[in-house]
Amino acid sequence: MRHIFAALLIALAALPALAVTPDEMLEDPALEARARDLSTGIRCLVCRSESIDESNADLARDLRVLVRERILAGDTDEEIEAYLVSRYGEYVLLRPDTSGANLLLWAAGPLALLAGLGVSVFYIRRQRSYDGAGATHFSAAERRRLDELTEGEQGRH
Amino acid sequence: MITELAHFALILAAIAAIIQMIVPMIGAAKGWAGWMEAARPAASAQVLLTGFAFAALMRAFVVSDFSLAVVVANSHTDKPMLYKISGVWGNHEGSLLLWVLILALFGATVAWFGQGLRTSLRARVLAVQASVGVAFYGLILLTSNPFERLAVPPMNGQDLNPLLQDPGLAFHPPFLYLGYVGLSMSFSFAVAALIEGRVDAAWGRWVRPWTLAAWLFLTAGIALGSWWAYYELGWGGFWFWDPVENASFMPWLIAGALLHSAAVTEKRETLKSWTVLLAILAFGFSLLGTFIVRSGVLTSVHAFATDPLRGNVILGIFTFFVGGALLLYAIRAREMTARSAFATLSRESALVANNVLLAVGAFVVFVGTLWPLAAEMFFGRTLSVGAPFFDAAFTPFMIVLALILPVGAVLPWKRATGKSVRPLRIAAAAAFLAAALAWTLGTGKPILAPLGVGLAVWVIAGAAVDLAQRTGRGSFAERAGRLRRLPGADWGRSVAHAGFGVTILGISALLGWQVEDIRVAAVGERFEVAGYGVTLADVTQGRGPNYTTTMADMRVDKGGRVIARLHPERRVYPVAGMPTTEAAIRSGVLRDLYLVIGAQQDSGDWAVRTYIKPFASWIWAGAIIMSIGGAMSLGDRRLRLAAIRRKAAPASGVPAE
Repeated sequence: MRHIFAALLIALAALPALAVTPDEMLEDPALEARARDLSTGIRCLVCRSESIDESNADLARDLRVLVRERILAGDTDEEIEAYLVSRYGEYVLLRPDTSGANLLLWAAGPLALLAGLGVSVFYIRRQRSYDGAGATHFSAAERRRLDELTEGEQGRH
Repeated sequence: MITELAHFALILAAIAAIIQMIVPMIGAAKGWAGWMEAARPAASAQVLLTGFAFAALMRAFVVSDFSLAVVVANSHTDKPMLYKISGVWGNHEGSLLLWVLILALFGATVAWFGQGLRTSLRARVLAVQASVGVAFYGLILLTSNPFERLAVPPMNGQDLNPLLQDPGLAFHPPFLYLGYVGLSMSFSFAVAALIEGRVDAAWGRWVRPWTLAAWLFLTAGIALGSWWAYYELGWGGFWFWDPVENASFMPWLIAGALLHSAAVTEKRETLKSWTVLLAILAFGFSLLGTFIVRSGVLTSVHAFATDPLRGNVILGIFTFFVGGALLLYAIRAREMTARSAFATLSRESALVANNVLLAVGAFVVFVGTLWPLAAEMFFGRTLSVGAPFFDAAFTPFMIVLALILPVGAVLPWKRATGKSVRPLRIAAAAAFLAAALAWTLGTGKPILAPLGVGLAVWVIAGAAVDLAQRTGRGSFAERAGRLRRLPGADWGRSVAHAGFGVTILGISALLGWQVEDIRVAAVGERFEVAGYGVTLADVTQGRGPNYTTTMADMRVDKGGRVIARLHPERRVYPVAGMPTTEAAIRSGVLRDLYLVIGAQQDSGDWAVRTYIKPFASWIWAGAIIMSIGGAMSLGDRRLRLAAIRRKAAPASGVPAE
């Protein structure tokens, strides 16, 4: 493990200074803005969860230059992403696509929300009948305690 | 010698924990008072012994005792004292020792101050808490002994990762640990209650302060980490959706949900089984976070001590505790019946919605964080799940949460009507005005920022309305008087909610209105960025205690007046062989000026980045306000515990709600 860490340090030590540097930027502000926008969705392959737009690594710089070359060559955003995926695999995309199993990933939130809402609505409707019904199970001591509590509540409301 | 004593003390602490795990549990089952009482001296012994071990490790770092492997790997004689001390927990072994120390300390507070608890419940809570401790003592002693000696001590150490040599990060891990471990108390209470088969208002009253404390420490810890990323990584990002960040964010979300549902359990004696489940999940996510960070299973720079064996042991601990608790829950949850009912429109319902949204949010983060692992294992796909996914999949839930928050806060318990939300008209108007104003000021900019600002003002104004409502009716003077006497919990709630709004405002404004400028500048050159004049006056080379630096002298002027002199740096730490960027930031209420110096170009000029970041400091200010709200609520809780003990809780005479 120590070797990996040492390798990482050496890799980091060889860094240039900044993420996007002036010399790699495009003349046309509209195209440059497109390049920046695209870059935020592309992973710096040797970094932690950083996009090539944020990363200082050499590889990120190469990818940024590559993205700009493709833009100047007239590729659309989709074509550029497809090109990068063909070269580096889908690992390069920070925003996973919705193909195949990835549908599960994207549907996880909405499905969980539906399930959560369903259970809550069911629970809220069912529990409205608790008053009285549950009260019969109380022991005398619990009854007294409950009265104390509800009195306290009413006093404050 | 001290080192060997400390190692021995740690072994004794483990034995004390084993006793504390077994004896009180049997005592509680059999009703033997003496056996139940055994938990208390055992808990005190644990604190003393672990505290001694931790102090000894700290001493080794302070005096640079290079006969210890962990000191060699993480320290250096040139390192400033602050980072020698923070180096104690800036590594795997030391951080685990800090973890068990906090665990023992929290357990002991229940032993010392838990006289108000039922004896059997207290004994079981302490036993469960000790069982978590036993697992971690085992992990330390068997796989991660911090007291391991080297046969041939080197002359000097290898230095701590320079990225971690920073005041923000020095205190980031202890805060997170206080949060993680605080949730272990909620967990112990939940499991103890499941064993007892009884959850009542008193139980809720005990779980809430622990959850509150854990949540406020987590809030502070996460904010510190985010603030560090903002100034250290050189472009002012504040959140990366990195697996390790997510590892602390998931327990924070669940703790937030638990906080609210425990309030329902305490005040209304309903939602009990859900509260117990959340308490189990919250600690489960803490353990999962520890596993993610310590195993390095998900690539991250944070995982500076990764080892498959340790990872497997932590995964085993996670499976045992979460699996065991969930099994117990499945068997016992049905016995926890509600003792009050509520209408569909009521504060209870709003809090259920809060819980659903926070839990689903945490679930989305969970799925997104582990998806690369699952996709590789089950579908053979190597892919990334990064910020664009989380922004799209997580944010909507938080927006809905912010929308319903003020409504839930003003709804009365049990049954509400449409009339209950009428006072919020002022907040809605304020939000609308703020959004309209923001939109006019930022014409042509993305529409998202004005909407975010409107939402933030809705939450903040809603919190103010909530507080004003508590003062009831009457003249202004009467209400102002009552406002001062409102219980800390009421203040805490409004303050924390307002803090949430402040953070939303900061994030929205920053994302919507940030201005960035990247250019090559000659020494002496002045250029304009968004109305500010920036001058690169000079660039010099220098030396720090354990690094070399390239430092720029930059001036920022506005309206013909110099408003800031800033010194961005690039440092190289030769021992670790690592460069860092030190951005120079002038923070303000309305905007941050953020300057970064880059590499020298072939022409001899310098690459310079300038950012104008509107409302950036509000992001962390909001987090601090949230923590303060938590602390206010916590203060109130203690008073109320005392009041309940005296059985003389006078009605406050406030007809609000």
